[in-house]
Amino acid sequence: MISACDVVKRYGDVRGVTALDRVSLDIAEGEFVSLLGPSGCGKSTFLRCLAGLEKPTSGTLQIDGAPINGPPDGLGMAFQRDALLDWFDVLENVLLPADFEGYRKQDFEPRARQLLKMVGLSEFTHTYPRALSGGMRQRAAICRSLLLDPRLLLMDEPFGALDALTRDQLNIDFRRLWSERRMTVVFVTHSITEAVFLSTRIIVLSPRPGRMVEDIAVDLPVERKLALRESLEFTSYTRNIRALFERMGLIHD
Amino acid sequence: MTNAGHAVMLFSDAVRRSFTSLIASAIFLLVWEVACRGFNIRPILLPPPSLVIQELAESPFWFAQQASYTLGVTLAGFGVATVFGVLFAVAITEWKVLDRLLFPLFVALNSVPKVALAPLFIIWFGTGAEPKIAIAFLIAVFAVVIDMVLGLRSVPPDTIDLARTLRGSRLKVLLRIKIFCAMPHLFAGMKVAMSLALVGAIVGEFVSSQRGLGYVILSAQGMFDTPRVFAAISILAVLGVILVGVVNIAERLALPWHYSVGEHMDQ
Repeated sequence: MISACDVVKRYGDVRGVTALDRVSLDIAEGEFVSLLGPSGCGKSTFLRCLAGLEKPTSGTLQIDGAPINGPPDGLGMAFQRDALLDWFDVLENVLLPADFEGYRKQDFEPRARQLLKMVGLSEFTHTYPRALSGGMRQRAAICRSLLLDPRLLLMDEPFGALDALTRDQLNIDFRRLWSERRMTVVFVTHSITEAVFLSTRIIVLSPRPGRMVEDIAVDLPVERKLALRESLEFTSYTRNIRALFERMGLIHD
Repeated sequence: MTNAGHAVMLFSDAVRRSFTSLIASAIFLLVWEVACRGFNIRPILLPPPSLVIQELAESPFWFAQQASYTLGVTLAGFGVATVFGVLFAVAITEWKVLDRLLFPLFVALNSVPKVALAPLFIIWFGTGAEPKIAIAFLIAVFAVVIDMVLGLRSVPPDTIDLARTLRGSRLKVLLRIKIFCAMPHLFAGMKVAMSLALVGAIVGEFVSSQRGLGYVILSAQGMFDTPRVFAAISILAVLGVILVGVVNIAERLALPWHYSVGEHMDQ
């Protein structure tokens, strides 16, 4: 579905910052791919290129065989800061993609309510985002990105700003949701555990300039519970990745 | 809660809050009164508050008439300034060409002292209310435009990205996002514009008028009727406070998401 070949992204002129250095990667329909790496390794940049928000400096980046030129069809995106609109209530926020596409909002209201129910926000449909906690806001934002049943879901550290407990809960919820719908997900994170827990495949990127270091297929059961994180298979994945980070000089023991 | 109920609640809230300010004003008036009597200041220089109040009490309807004329001019100038200011701000933020074409001209026009334009307006619009409204408008509009432009450009980068990934039309982005982002800025500009419109109305009445508080001040000054000048000035001061207070209440009603939210819930 997605095919990247020698994608380079440089900001500024020749002496500028190189964010991505010759990243080549193919992502098939229905994969859950995590881009894992330290801050500033260009993983968000790659995601923004996929979303059509930025253009690669060189290399080709294609979706369904066509070069990405602006946000592609069937795209859902979740941002690091939830980007909810303060002036609309939760339901209106979730319905925003339908409104922007020019659909009738009433037609999507049942779907929006169903999504909100799934993430436990039924009581808050008419609450303004400011009254919600960070975790609730992020859940509402995820509902928004799912409203139009996206084929491709891009998530830029959506759980990065949350506390550990909320983050675990959203990991479980989101993993279940994905296993039901199986859309293609590209998920940016710097948490090793989160990446292993959620993904079918992990791409490890090096610090700036971002290069692909490792492409790891995660062969864990489809149904994942938190307890899995203590299992031997799970820890062997995390240990391997941590060792990779150590070799890159990112962690010192 | 109904809008009306909400407004009543806001109003009683405002009354409670303004109680402290009332006490401060009372002390100010008391000091003034005592000083005038203690130092035997001639009323023609500085009349004590009691004399000003007496002046007001002698012809309350006449003062009310003059005040309502000035109020009408102020509100008309303010209203036109708000509508035109918002449209102008939208136009120059949506079309870069217009920004480059019109904004320098607008700034240049604003740099001309409006008082200097007043005689010109009399020539153009005659001696009715129109030239006064025009001056009030001209003085007030700059604040609305500057704040509205700032507001329309204050959309957070994440929200811009969101709008782009949702592929909304420019109109949708304007009506669903930019306008709302601009609202708090717009209301700040409107508060400044309201008090400036009042200044504009008085300036207009100074130049040529048979009515309004500006005329009262000017004609009373001609007869060295200082208590009457002070009476008109105190009405102006109260009018200014009330008008800005009305914009404050309108702001709270128009931006419920900004104010109606109580305690933030914890995670």
